[in-house]
Amino acid sequence: MSAPLVEVSAISRSYSMRSGMFGRATAVHAVDGVSLSIAKGETLGLVGESGSGKSTTGRIVLGLEPPDRGAVRFDGKPMAAPGTAAWRAQRARMQMIFQDPLGALDRRLPVATQIREPLDIHGLGTPAEREARVRELLRAVELTPAHGARYPGALSGGQRQRIVLARALATKPDFLVCDEPVSALDVSIQAQVVNLLCDLQAQLGLTLLFISHDLRVVRQISTIVAVMYLGRIVEIGSADDLFARPEHPYTQALVSASPAPGRRSAGRIVLAGDPPNPAARPQGCAFHPRCPRAIARCASEVPALSAVGGDRQVACHLVTGAETRDAA
Amino acid sequence: MSPLVSIAGLHVAFNGVPVLRGVDLALGKGEAVGLVGESGSGKSVTWLAALGLLPRHAKVSGSVRLDGRELLGAPAAELDLVRGGRVAMIFQDPASALNPVLTIRKQLCEALALHRDLQGEAVKAEAKRLLDLVGIPDAARRLSAYPHEFSGGQVQRIMIAMALAGNPDLLIADEPTTALDATIQAQILELLSAIRREMSMAMVLISHDLGVVAENCDRVAVMYAGRIVEQAPSNQLFADPVHPYAQGLIGALPPLDGPRRRLTAIPGTVPDPAHMPGGCAFAPRCAFAAEPCGLAAPRLAPIANDRTVACIRAEASRRALLGMAAE
Ligand SMILES: Nc1ncnc2c1ncn2[C@@H]1O[C@H](COP(=O)(O)OP(=O)(O)OP(=O)(O)O)[C@@H](O)[C@H]1O
Ligand SMILES: Nc1ncnc2c1ncn2[C@@H]1O[C@H](COP(=O)(O)OP(=O)(O)OP(=O)(O)O)[C@@H](O)[C@H]1O
Ligand code: SF4
Ligand code: SF4
Ligand SMILES: [Mg+2]
Ligand SMILES: [Mg+2]
Repeated sequence: MSAPLVEVSAISRSYSMRSGMFGRATAVHAVDGVSLSIAKGETLGLVGESGSGKSTTGRIVLGLEPPDRGAVRFDGKPMAAPGTAAWRAQRARMQMIFQDPLGALDRRLPVATQIREPLDIHGLGTPAEREARVRELLRAVELTPAHGARYPGALSGGQRQRIVLARALATKPDFLVCDEPVSALDVSIQAQVVNLLCDLQAQLGLTLLFISHDLRVVRQISTIVAVMYLGRIVEIGSADDLFARPEHPYTQALVSASPAPGRRSAGRIVLAGDPPNPAARPQGCAFHPRCPRAIARCASEVPALSAVGGDRQVACHLVTGAETRDAA
Repeated sequence: MSPLVSIAGLHVAFNGVPVLRGVDLALGKGEAVGLVGESGSGKSVTWLAALGLLPRHAKVSGSVRLDGRELLGAPAAELDLVRGGRVAMIFQDPASALNPVLTIRKQLCEALALHRDLQGEAVKAEAKRLLDLVGIPDAARRLSAYPHEFSGGQVQRIMIAMALAGNPDLLIADEPTTALDATIQAQILELLSAIRREMSMAMVLISHDLGVVAENCDRVAVMYAGRIVEQAPSNQLFADPVHPYAQGLIGALPPLDGPRRRLTAIPGTVPDPAHMPGGCAFAPRCAFAAEPCGLAAPRLAPIANDRTVACIRAEASRRALLGMAAE
C-alpha cells in the first residue's frame, strides 16, 4: 500500500450548545477521537446517522476548522497555520464539494466565471491559460462552453453539481472531500454524477473522502468505509466486505435498513428507541440504548476500536477477534 | 372487484403550463401502491389534485372517484369529510403539517372531533390510544407536549397518528421518511405496514427511493413528466422493467452487494413542463427512440395481467404477440 496522503490522528471537536433560551450550555462532542488514514488514489467512505460527526470530520480534515485535540497530516506534513502562504499552498491541493450545489454557487455570475475563480485566487496561469483550463474542465465534467455562459438558475441540479465539481478540480487538487455530493439529486441524475466522479478519480488519481448517508452510493465509490456513531468510528473496513458482512450491531442495523428491490423486509433488524442525541451521549457504548445485543458492561465501558481480523476494525465488546468472525 | 379509488385522465395545469397530462391509476381496497419518478414528475400534485388541495389557479380536469363517487368538483363540505376521514395524507414536509403553538392533544382531538363520533373523555382516550399505537413512549404524559419537543422520527409518528384519527380507508404517504435516518426510516415503515395490515387500509407510498417502494408496496406506478409510464406488481417491475425510463431508474441504482458495475445513467435531464417535446416525453433521453416516438404520445396500455406500459416499443411487441396468438 502506498503512503497515506491524509492521516488523521485522534481528532476531537466539541461545540457548546444551549438548550432552550435559558438552558445551561452543554458540550456536544461532535467528533471524539477519530483516526483515519487515506492512501493516495483511494476513496474512504464515511457513513452514519445525522449528527454523527461526518461533516465536522470533513471540515477538520480540510483545515477549515481546527480540532480541539489530535492532528491532521497531509502528504506527510502537519497542516500549516491558517492564513499563511504554506496553508494556501496546501489548501489549493484539497477541495470540498457540498450537498447543495445551488448554495455553493453565486446566482449572479455565469458558471464559467465561478469555475475560473480558484485559478484567479491562487494566481494560477495567464488569463488565456485560465480560459483554456475552464474549457478543459467543462469538457471533463461533460458540459459545453455554452453551459459555462449560463447562470446557475438556468442549469439542472445535476449540471450544477458538475459545475461545482469542475470548480473544485480547477486547481488540480490531489484530495477532495465530498459531503453528500449527490443526495439532493434524482436517482437518474445521481448515477451520472457518481459515474463521473469514478471516472475523474481514475483519470486524475484523486484521493477522496466521500461523506454520505446513502450506503449504496458509498459502496459504489469507496475502497474503504468507516461507520460513525455519535462522534466515534464504530467500524471500518474494505467497502465490499463491510457491507456484505457487517460486524458492529449498528452497522448491521444500518445495512439491514437499506432497502433493496427484490428483497422483502423479512429478517430486517428494526431498532427500538429514539434517534441518538449528540447533546446527551449515553455512557459506555453510545449505541447501547438501541443495541439489540447489549450486555451489562456496555452501559459503563466504552468499547475501543480494535482489529478483528482482515482489515476490519470494530468497536464492540461482543466482537473481539478472529474466532467471532469465523463463527459469524 | 371495484376499485377503492380510480383516477382517469387527470390533467392539471398551472398558469397554462400542463404538469399532469392524463394520469390513470386505480387502487383496490387494502392495496399498497408505490409512486416513483423524477422530482417534478407530478407525484404530489396527483394526490393534491385528487383531494382538492391545489391552489385556486390550478386548472384541474379528468375524474377521481372514491367508491364510485366523483371527487373532482364535489362540494367543499363533502371534500372536508373525505380528507382526514376516508382518505388521509401525510405530507412531504412534516414540520409544516403540525401547528407549532398547539399541544399534540389539542391537534389530535381536533382531528378526532371532526371525523369521529366521539365525545369528552372518549376523545382523550382515543388520542392516547393513537399515540400508543404509533409507539410514542409515555403517551398519556406526552399528549400535553408541543411538536418541537419531539425528535424528527417522533414527529413523523405523530403525523401518522393524526392521519389515523379518522380511521381512513386510504392513506397517502408522501415521502414519509425522506428526512429521517435509515434506521429510523426502517422503524416508521415497519410501523406503517403493521398498521396497514391491522386496519386493512390501502396506501399510496410516494417515494424517490425505489428500494423503499419495492419493499413496502404490492404494486408500483412509475411517473415521468406528468404521466404514468409503467405500472406493475413490485417484484415484476424490479425484475423486468419494460419502459426505458423504468429500466433506466433501476439500472441507475447502485447495488449493495455482489460485483460493482458501472451505473447505467440516463443521459440528459427531464424536459421543462413549459416546453414538452411532442410525442413521447422521454424520447430526448431514450436510447430506443425512433421516428414514431416523436409523433404521438404512447398510451398506457396493458402488456400482461396487471401490467401496463406507455411505450411504442411495448405496443409493437404486444401487437406482434397478439398477431401470433391470432394465427
Ligand atoms: N458549528 C457548530 N456549532 C454547534 N454545533 C455544531 C456545529 N457543527 C456541528 N455541530 C453539532 O455537532 C454534531 C455533529 O454534526 P455534523 O454536522 O458533523 O454531523 P453529520 O454526521 O455531518 O450529520 P448530517 O448527516 O446531518 O449532515 C451535531 O450534533 C451538530 O449539531
Ligand atoms: N402550486 C404550484 N404552482 C405552480 N407549479 C406547481 C405547483 N405545485 C407544483 N407545481 C409544479 O408541478 C410539477 C409537479 O410537481 P410535484 O410536486 O407533483 O412533483 P413531485 O413528483 O412530487 O416531485 P418531488 O419528488 O420533487 O416531490 C412541478 O413542475 C412543479 O414545479
Ligand atoms: S458494545 Fe455492547 S452496546 Fe455497543 S454495540 Fe457492542 S454489544 Fe451493542
Ligand atoms: S415511446 Fe419511444 S421514446 Fe418513448 S420510451 Fe418508448 S421507445 Fe423510448
Ligand atoms: Mg453532514
Ligand atoms: Mg412531491
